[in-house]
Amino acid sequence: MRVLAAMSGGVDSAVAAARAVDAGWDVTGVHLALSKAPATLRTGSRGCCSLEDSHDARRAADVLGIPFYVWDFAERFQEDVIDDFVAEYAAGRTPNPCLRCNEKIKFAALLDRALALGFDAVVTGHHAKLVDGVLARSVDAAKDQSYVLAVLTPEQLRHAVFPLGDSTKAQVRAEAAARGLAVADKPDSHDICFIADGDTQAFLGSRIGSRPGDIVDSDGQVLGSHQGAFGFTVGQRRGLKLSRPSATGQPRYVLSIEPRTNTVVVGGAEELRVDVVRAERPVWLAEAAAGPFDCTVQLRAHGLTSPARIEPVPGGVVARLAEPQRGIAAGQALVMYDGDRVLGSATITTAERVATAEGAATAERAATAEAATAERAADAPSQATR
Amino acid sequence: MPYLDHAATTPVLPEVIDAMATALGRLGNPSSLHTSGRQARRAVEEARESLAAQLDARPSEVIFTSGGTESDNLAVKGIYLARRQADPRRRRVLISSVEHHAVLDSAQWLAEHEGAELVLLPVDGHGRVRPEALAAAIEDDPAAVALVSVMWANNEVGTIQPIRRLAELAREHGIPFHTDAVQAVGVLPVSFADSGVDAMTVTAHKLGGAYGTGALLLGRGVACAPVLHGGGQEREVRSGTLDVPGVVGFATAMALAVARRDGLAAGLTRLRTGLVDGVREVVPDAVLNGDPVHRLPGNAHLSFPGCEGDSLLMLLDARGIECSTGSACSAGVAQPSHVLLAMGADEARARGSLRLTLGHTSTEADVTAVLEAIGPVVERARRAGLATERVSS
Repeated sequence: MRVLAAMSGGVDSAVAAARAVDAGWDVTGVHLALSKAPATLRTGSRGCCSLEDSHDARRAADVLGIPFYVWDFAERFQEDVIDDFVAEYAAGRTPNPCLRCNEKIKFAALLDRALALGFDAVVTGHHAKLVDGVLARSVDAAKDQSYVLAVLTPEQLRHAVFPLGDSTKAQVRAEAAARGLAVADKPDSHDICFIADGDTQAFLGSRIGSRPGDIVDSDGQVLGSHQGAFGFTVGQRRGLKLSRPSATGQPRYVLSIEPRTNTVVVGGAEELRVDVVRAERPVWLAEAAAGPFDCTVQLRAHGLTSPARIEPVPGGVVARLAEPQRGIAAGQALVMYDGDRVLGSATITTAERVATAEGAATAERAATAEAATAERAADAPSQATR
Repeated sequence: MPYLDHAATTPVLPEVIDAMATALGRLGNPSSLHTSGRQARRAVEEARESLAAQLDARPSEVIFTSGGTESDNLAVKGIYLARRQADPRRRRVLISSVEHHAVLDSAQWLAEHEGAELVLLPVDGHGRVRPEALAAAIEDDPAAVALVSVMWANNEVGTIQPIRRLAELAREHGIPFHTDAVQAVGVLPVSFADSGVDAMTVTAHKLGGAYGTGALLLGRGVACAPVLHGGGQEREVRSGTLDVPGVVGFATAMALAVARRDGLAAGLTRLRTGLVDGVREVVPDAVLNGDPVHRLPGNAHLSFPGCEGDSLLMLLDARGIECSTGSACSAGVAQPSHVLLAMGADEARARGSLRLTLGHTSTEADVTAVLEAIGPVVERARRAGLATERVSS
């Protein structure tokens, strides 16, 4: 088998390539140049876009004794990931750029080129499993990346290889050290790779510009103003700068962003709880479901899982959550799991509060504590999850 | 393994390895005054005299450096600074738009940090600087021109420039003229004295010497500020302890290259013609870039419509054939070549090109290997180009 190993310069993709070599495959390493003007040295926790990362990938390929090339995908990345990221925020949604990169770059542009050049598959260092062609969670729950891969179609997955799914991150690092790969102790990447200083708000602000609007409560009463709805994410508490405290004195959270009126809706922690999530553009890894079924859904890259009943509707799905959740943002993926196996995914459009009257009292008590968790998650809405 | 990347570097001659190994075994800093120092100095000066003789220059005009990049930096920055020092009006730097980055980026740096006004001379579709273009650029404000730099022969597409004529135009106005002759020496007759240039970059590793040694030939009357300051070696223009083995190897390589030049050039022209004709037979729409007549004998630079150069290079590499998509780049990212763009090529043609360069170890078998591989390789690269195209549209 001839495979193309996508090598970011990080420890995961280096070990994945090494395992592909051990499997006896004919492996060629490729580093994707995603920036037209890359920085010379890596700074902070950006993971892949500097020349130093390209050099790290090359060194790993040298150690493995495989051919290595740098391919320029900067233009495609700009169009399909960065421009999309900005447009999604401008439209009031919270996109996941890592998911988009997997969907459009690694398993589309790169995979298509690889297949045309005579390769059979693309190997990546994602922490996920493919069990008989079915995507499943990594054994390392904390590092699992099945969420950001769930958007891939069965056809894309047919040509994907994830050699790390049965290993924990600690095992991967230990193996890299044992193999003499210099990236063994390279820090994990956390931030969005194309935002150099990690300041997402400034990045968006410079591209979208100032778009002042109102901050209102769920009754439509104006509580304050904002300079751009893109600065807010569902579940966020800090930085609202509201002039009046709430009646109860409880903290308020962003409940939703209304792109048409450019308003940010805020409310108490209890209002943040939603239990009906609508999502569109479903991708089914198994056969498309004909009728309602029960499964577990994940609504954000890290955490936010709940048992749910899924009802397929034209062009999408409706998920009724058994356990109401907070901080569910439009634009994120809803991924459906049967145990560890991915059934399919769809893009969240709206989240509503419907049927939590019973049990509300108990939920209320837990609300503030849970909201704090949601808030922490919301502070890093599109954490790198490549 | 067929190696068709001699423009990047060419195998070191066995005679050079012997001469350098002997020199490496001898003690002595050429700047020292004792016996060992004198012996080292003698080796350096004999190498300098030999090198000067081969290039028709005076020994005192040879400034040893670490290679082509340093020589280009020294010439462009050093001459600019000296000229501006003598007359603050002199801020215009005229260079061709197809220069190597060592010249291009040095001039750019002067524009960004030293108040230079960078003028890029246009080239025709073959990559030649027309003398009228240089004359017109000078005429815009002759008194403000600090220097002119135009390469002798292009490292990517192999086009040879009308250096004598261009240097003459600069001389008429008393403007110093620099040329990067790295690709020309060893395959073309290069005479420093006859060319009329004031400064010339040469390097060892393109003609069978080792990496890391080069020279700037600098006319005796040409003022040049140092870039490296220190012990005052090399006419106080380039400080640093001289690399005795490197210099000895350079002179050895130069003597052999010049002696073998005409025979090598004839052989390379024959091989190259066979290569280009053969490729076009298999891939009829392949385009030869650069000047068909005024061309380095070992250079074949071809564009393959619908292909990415990256793909071609990888597929040939997988078949054991080594070549390049342009000049080697540290980042490893293939950007469309500024040379091809300056020649009027569109981005697709610039991206879909391969540079195949022959040298002193090239054989008929190397050409045959390319001709056997190129058909299927282009076909496959074309499919990959289409696959990528389809997704983006």
